[in-house]
Amino acid sequence: MAGVSIRQVNKLYDGAVHAVKDVSLEIHDKEFVVLVGPSGCGKTTTLRMVAGLESITSGEVLIGDTVVNELPPMDRDIAMVFQNYALYPHMSVFDNMAFGLKMRKFARAEIQARVKQAADILGIHELLHRKPRQLSGGQRQRVALGRAIVRHPQVFLFDEPLSNLDAKLRVQMRVELKKLHERLGTTAIYVTHDQVEAMTLGDRVVVMKDGLVQQVGEPLELYNAPANRFVAGFLGSPAMNFVEVRLAERGGALWAEGDGLRIQPLPEQAGRLARLNGGRATLGVRPEDLRIANGSDPEGLCFEADIEVIEKLGAQILLDTRAGSHTIVASVEPTVRARVHDRLRLAINPDRLHFFDAANEAAI
Amino acid sequence: MATQDASLVASPARRAVRRVRQLEDERKLAFLLLAPTGILLGLFIAYPFVTGIWLALTDTRVGVPGDFVGLKNFVKIWNDSIFRIAVWNTVWYTFVTTVFKLALGLWLAVLLNRHFRGKAFVRAFVLLPFIIPTVLSTFAWKWMFDPTFSVLNWLLWKLGIIDARINWLGDPDLALWSVMVVNIWRGVPFYAITLLAGLQTISPELHEAAAIDGARPWQRFWYVTWPLLLPVTMVVTLFSVIQTFADFQLVYVLTGGGPANATQLFATYAYQLGIGTGLLSEGAAISLAMFPILFLVVILQLLYIRRVETR
Ligand SMILES: Nc1ncnc2c1ncn2[C@@H]1O[C@H](COP(=O)(O)OP(=O)(O)OP(=O)(O)O)[C@@H](O)[C@H]1O
Ligand SMILES: [Mg+2]
Repeated sequence: MAGVSIRQVNKLYDGAVHAVKDVSLEIHDKEFVVLVGPSGCGKTTTLRMVAGLESITSGEVLIGDTVVNELPPMDRDIAMVFQNYALYPHMSVFDNMAFGLKMRKFARAEIQARVKQAADILGIHELLHRKPRQLSGGQRQRVALGRAIVRHPQVFLFDEPLSNLDAKLRVQMRVELKKLHERLGTTAIYVTHDQVEAMTLGDRVVVMKDGLVQQVGEPLELYNAPANRFVAGFLGSPAMNFVEVRLAERGGALWAEGDGLRIQPLPEQAGRLARLNGGRATLGVRPEDLRIANGSDPEGLCFEADIEVIEKLGAQILLDTRAGSHTIVASVEPTVRARVHDRLRLAINPDRLHFFDAANEAAI
Repeated sequence: MATQDASLVASPARRAVRRVRQLEDERKLAFLLLAPTGILLGLFIAYPFVTGIWLALTDTRVGVPGDFVGLKNFVKIWNDSIFRIAVWNTVWYTFVTTVFKLALGLWLAVLLNRHFRGKAFVRAFVLLPFIIPTVLSTFAWKWMFDPTFSVLNWLLWKLGIIDARINWLGDPDLALWSVMVVNIWRGVPFYAITLLAGLQTISPELHEAAAIDGARPWQRFWYVTWPLLLPVTMVVTLFSVIQTFADFQLVYVLTGGGPANATQLFATYAYQLGIGTGLLSEGAAISLAMFPILFLVVILQLLYIRRVETR
């Protein structure tokens, strides 16, 4: 097994579309790295360059210690699972899984053994003689996985492999993928635009936008300390609330004042914000870092809001509220009794306040 | 006032509604929709076919309404040595041209399925032999094959390959091959374009998956493209075989069946006997003799297509 190094890689389609811009990533051996980002951000392109299905305009891709820029896909020792599975429709499940081994001239017995082993792992033993069109979506997905794992490749590449499955099956397959990775330990690069998939599967997550890497890190690192406003808003559901604020010093303390709320950040954060005194910034707070205020909450962390919509999800309640001109979502305990049009006082968890530069959107 | 108006308008409208209702009866609608096709097929296919069978069983000549003679005509052509030559020529002609048309057409289709500059233009260009009226293009070929003024001979001579004129259409050993070349030239575009359409239904991801699986380009063709293209290939070949087997225009324009029946095919011989000599009934018998052979080909191929598709 091996790691993958992506160094300063660029991709220009037809010399015009700059799909991937200066992407650099070090993916360690046995690591499961997820590329996530909105549609068209260059995830697939990056993955396909690693696979060798797309030429690399500039930069280097290494698998293990080998520069693979000029190697055809078959010589890169990778396996890929496609979004639409790309199973050979005229071959049985067995032949689909065995194809890569046959092409690589494995002995018959070895092929039999490996396909059987993979089929056992994936629970598709009784499907081996069927054709792909006789399978359900979830079963096809397993076969596609099976075709990848029989080869024992250095690296697995996944391009949105679960996006064609229904919600329930997706959750189930997500868990299975995770188990599979723990069992096989093969280095994996996984592309998705689903942030939940990214957070649950990735050892590390790479957030991309417009061909640029926005941030790389462990899921909770990205969640708790997003590098910029885009990452902050992209990860987490319901999404982080943003309020445009003006920073001003009042009575020796720094205040963030927006339409409908005035917040006083903790001293440490205020220190970092000091250089922006008198300027603008974006305040961000996640719904779960808001709660109904009680008497002891300091004034600088509370604001008044009107409830507009109540979403009872069971484990929590989402309050869609309005403070000034801003819509702010708060996720509160299911025991909270609230009614639409109620005015209530919300308190912010001060440790979990985020500020972003108004100009370049970087976290402060 | 308003209600009165409404009832006045209602009666023709209601009649229209009733007419539409009748169309909702599926059997009536089906009959109505099938009628034009039925009439056309009956008029232009069934009637001539039945007449042909009747003719073949009589001794009709041009101007002489014949009597029923049973299978006499068939016995006669069975013992006719030219007929045997024509059968053999037709089978050989169909086989050779089909093999070449399929191979070249497939090759062209695979080439055209790639991305390159001016792809649309080249694709249109490839269709040219198919679009030009056969008789016109065949006359052009006739000129090219002309022993004296032939551009072919001139070219080969300039290149130093030959030192004497080749009589492409006049030499009995060469004539059939020359005709085959023209048939192939004319037939390849049909194969190429149809197979190209078939190729485009094959997801590129399958090729990518195969490439990652370690298949070399020709292996990808053999294990992925070819099996998936097979149903289309079979249908194209089926059409082409039927057309080639009954080919007439090419031979008629180029050689008229000669020299010494070297290029005589089913259709040309039937024409020669039936129209040329006026032996309508014998001509009809020859045309009909094509039928069982083609029928067998069609059945075999349809069975095979069915097997491939349900695989
Ligand atoms: N073959 C191509 N030719 C030209 N431009 C392309 C090509 N393939 C992709 N692009 C462009 O490159 C950019 C990145 O595409 P890519 O497929 O990598 O996005 P993605 O992140 O995988 O999106 P999605 O989540 O929708 O799959 C897009 O703007 C896309 O339009
Ligand atoms: Mg994609």
